[in-house]
Amino acid sequence: MATAAEIEKQAEAREVRNRWLLSAPALIIILLAASGPLLIVLLYSFLTPGPYGDVQWKFSTEGWISVILERDIFDDTLAFASAHLTIFWRSLKLAIMATVATLIFGFPTAYFIATRSERTRDIWLFLITIPFWTNLLIRTFAVLQVIRNEGIINTALLNLGIVDQPIQMLYTDFAIMVGMVYVYLPLMVLPLYASMEKLDFRLVEAGYDLYATRWQVLRRIIFPMVRPGVVAGSILVFIPAIGAYVTPSVLGGGKNMMFANLIELQFGQGRNWPLGAALSITVMAIVMVALLVYVRNTSSSEVRHG
Amino acid sequence: MNLKSMSTAVGLALLASTSIASAAGELNIYNWGNYISPDMIKKFEKQFDVKVTVTDYDSNDTALAKVRQGGTGFDIAMPSQTFIPIWIQEGLIQETNPGQMENFKNVSPEWANPDFDPGRKYSVPWAWGTIGVVVNTDTYKGPADSWGIIFDTPDELKGKVNVVPEMNDVIFAAIKYAGGEQCTEDKAILKKVRDMLVAAKPNWIAMEYNTIEKMGAGDFKATSDWNGSALRQRLANAAIHYNYPKEGYGLWSDNVVVLKEAKNLENAKLFQNFMMDPENAAMNSAFHRYANGIAGSDKFMPADMKEAPEVIIPEAVKAKGELQRLCSPETQALYTKIWTELQK
Repeated sequence: MATAAEIEKQAEAREVRNRWLLSAPALIIILLAASGPLLIVLLYSFLTPGPYGDVQWKFSTEGWISVILERDIFDDTLAFASAHLTIFWRSLKLAIMATVATLIFGFPTAYFIATRSERTRDIWLFLITIPFWTNLLIRTFAVLQVIRNEGIINTALLNLGIVDQPIQMLYTDFAIMVGMVYVYLPLMVLPLYASMEKLDFRLVEAGYDLYATRWQVLRRIIFPMVRPGVVAGSILVFIPAIGAYVTPSVLGGGKNMMFANLIELQFGQGRNWPLGAALSITVMAIVMVALLVYVRNTSSSEVRHG
Repeated sequence: MNLKSMSTAVGLALLASTSIASAAGELNIYNWGNYISPDMIKKFEKQFDVKVTVTDYDSNDTALAKVRQGGTGFDIAMPSQTFIPIWIQEGLIQETNPGQMENFKNVSPEWANPDFDPGRKYSVPWAWGTIGVVVNTDTYKGPADSWGIIFDTPDELKGKVNVVPEMNDVIFAAIKYAGGEQCTEDKAILKKVRDMLVAAKPNWIAMEYNTIEKMGAGDFKATSDWNGSALRQRLANAAIHYNYPKEGYGLWSDNVVVLKEAKNLENAKLFQNFMMDPENAAMNSAFHRYANGIAGSDKFMPADMKEAPEVIIPEAVKAKGELQRLCSPETQALYTKIWTELQK
């Protein structure tokens, strides 16, 4: 006869097994759908490029070396691959600027929605999500129609006699920023709203009662409490922004490559798949490290406030 | 075998047999986007009782990579002349011998025995054209028959020039302007090309494919472009002119090939033969706006194409055209570096 302890042990084992079985679908998807393709990318980065695309099954570190070093085609010296760095820096800068800009516009928007009555909140949220129903490319072309030389803004300015020449907005850095902010704003607003909704506004009132200024209330009370939303929103915007190339090429004119274009070039006309694979992994690793540092820093300071 | 699994097996067998039966009347075409006349497809479907499906690709490299992986289900593709030797070499396409087909007599002599497919063992002409310079003459009235519009932009056009970002086409043009030969590995020429491109870029406004709309709307005043695209721009705005650069310009040609893995081989052959009929070729040209390499098709061409300077190359500049070749992988690697340098 089994003792009570044994029965308990069996029950525990069964529970562990059930837990594993129940999480199996998720684990399989993560292993197969996430790690599988990545492993293939990693493998390809160590092979030799085929003459017309594809790879040859011969081990080579050439792909990785050319991420960082490049052989000058004219004097044959090895030098730092400054073109890759310039292009990476452009993508990184754009992603950081897009994140900051969406935060600047998204924070008041989310605050506004969170402070409405419960019923109107839903309407505002609904309005925020509407652009999401449309494809990214179409939204980008909509921005193009607004800012191009014969677009709505320039036509209006010309007709009102404010300017006599259309203002060149399309194909500028300004155009890229407008497009990026417009496209990624909902990704910032929604997580911000989710944390602001939980905000206890009595604390805000208490702050005012204790003679805090508006700025102090924002900085010392609201901001620390919605920090998880800021972190989530920033990550959601930053990651697609660093890989963005539709918006920059449609609105910026495609004269300057983004990092994603550089990778695409290797798989297309450049016919250097291993270099493309190595570049993809490089950018992924950098983003991952940056995000880990970011999340760790912000969450530890949250503990202090919480 | 229990009843349930047996009925499933029977069901599957039935399904398989019906799909085989209907496959007799199918043809799957893998083609560049927006490049095949819907009316012509209808005609083919009606004539042979075949259901045609068209799938798009956006570049020769994409098409090659996908077909190489196999299992695509496509019967026909339209690779460019530079890529056809690779397709042949890698055994991706079948020797259907269009040179022996009934309608081959219609292929115009200059396309009957091309270097990329001697004796036309694999391919049938689909469309061919040139790559030149398009200028809006309202903005720039000077001579425009030179790559200098792009690489040494005149003041009136500074900040208004677009360059279609096809790496090989841009490098080809730049090499010609620098006085070299296509696929050159001459470092002196390539250095000139690199410096010239880097110096020219600040005068460009964009590097985009969407030229028909942007030239029409006036966002661009000049661009490098394909001739058929230029024709469509002129029809929208009569001030737009296509120019054949005197330094030399590229010729290209896309061709109908039958994939080795084609399941509908007979229909694919019928289609190859069908495309060499002047009336059908003209129908297709009326849609994609390029010449087709089929003699006698001009009779059936729409009026606005019969004498279009974009389609009919003027005698005076004919000798300057040069069919673009595939450069060696080593040369291509050099060009990719110059291209990265240009766009960094």
